[in-house]
Amino acid sequence: MNIDSITNGIVIDHIKAGKGMEIYKFLGLDAYECSVALIKNVPSKKMGKKDIIKIDSLLDIDLNALGYIDPNITINVIKNEVRTEKYHPELPERITNIIKCKNPRCITTTEQELPHIFKLTDKNGPVYRCLYCETKAQ
Amino acid sequence: MRSVIDILDLSVDEINSLIDTANDIIENPAKYQKACEGKKLASLFFEPSTRTRLSFEAAMYELGGHVLGFSEAQSSSAAKGESVSDTVKVVSYYADIIAMRHPKEGAPMVASFKSEVPIINAGDGGHNHPTQTLADLLTIKREKGGFDNLTVGLCGDLKFGRTVHSLILALSRYSNIKFVLISPDELRLPDYVKQEAKNGKIEFLETKSLEDVISTLDILYMTRVQRERFFNEADYIRLKDSYILTPEKLKTAKENLCIMHPLPRVNEISVAIDDDPRACYFKQAMYGKYMRMALILMLLGISVK
Repeated sequence: MNIDSITNGIVIDHIKAGKGMEIYKFLGLDAYECSVALIKNVPSKKMGKKDIIKIDSLLDIDLNALGYIDPNITINVIKNEVRTEKYHPELPERITNIIKCKNPRCITTTEQELPHIFKLTDKNGPVYRCLYCETKAQ
Repeated sequence: MRSVIDILDLSVDEINSLIDTANDIIENPAKYQKACEGKKLASLFFEPSTRTRLSFEAAMYELGGHVLGFSEAQSSSAAKGESVSDTVKVVSYYADIIAMRHPKEGAPMVASFKSEVPIINAGDGGHNHPTQTLADLLTIKREKGGFDNLTVGLCGDLKFGRTVHSLILALSRYSNIKFVLISPDELRLPDYVKQEAKNGKIEFLETKSLEDVISTLDILYMTRVQRERFFNEADYIRLKDSYILTPEKLKTAKENLCIMHPLPRVNEISVAIDDDPRACYFKQAMYGKYMRMALILMLLGISVK
């Protein structure tokens, strides 16, 4: 299976096999005009199988939030066909509207259009807690 | 514009300054009689409360201010489905400061995002109750002279008791505090509170027996063991009497022990102890009013010479 190499863009590599579509949706990639390839179940020495997303544009999107979904992801930034950056996304300090608070007594259950915000309270774990009621994210 | 949602919103210096103000109010109440003249406190109680609401209202009246508000959600537009954000946005045009109790956890924080005036959290579900902790801290300061080098026993429901969690976090910022946690296995202090207490560097001793440790304590903070917290009735019946403080159990306690309770009490402290000089729980409720007065002054930026 051949996918053209990228001149300027982002390659999200080492996505856990089967999680690619979740990340595609999370980043809202369907809304962009540029070419995007989502490749599933690519053979990997390290992981056995993995997913890859190739984005044919240097989109200004917050990739660090991916650290919550899968901290083992690798992000490669390509400029003029050369990889200029390679990093694992850091755990974001806050995540908004990715997970919902499960505490039935939390204000998020009743307040109209209140964003579900979780803050990182312990990097080892990691532990995220609801900004409002401090219930641990499940 | 400053709000107080969590006890840790206040620095140690600010808490010390609130305590100084509260002590000055106790010594010189006349000085403060007109401090809040022309100011209004909105007391928004979306669920019933006796002590907290009345003490906030008494606090504002004693500062010469006025009070408006409601004491249950049914008498507010929340009953029509109005959001907390909208209610607070509107009320903040009518009042200079808002004290809010709400059954939903995090509601006062949401209110603080929208309000044009300071919000004081007067209790949000089982989550936070910072002004109770302020009352607790003033009680300890007045009874013990300070916060360092104390052995603090906390007894009863340490799992769900919001006052216990806030008090531990507030006290853990002082030196050489030791906590003795007395509870059944079912109601032990959650690990995250222990971790948060100075990043896990505070000493905690856990036990199921009040009698075994009572002689070591400088402070005994009692809480209610609630029937509904148990999975089965037999466990409740087995445990409920272990955590009732009686004159018999106090025999080995220190002469200067300070017995505290956030109230309401049901039966966890025998009425026979009420006249013991070590019983501080009614004074604690009185001190709550003075700390609320000090907090209102601080948040309104009013200093009294």
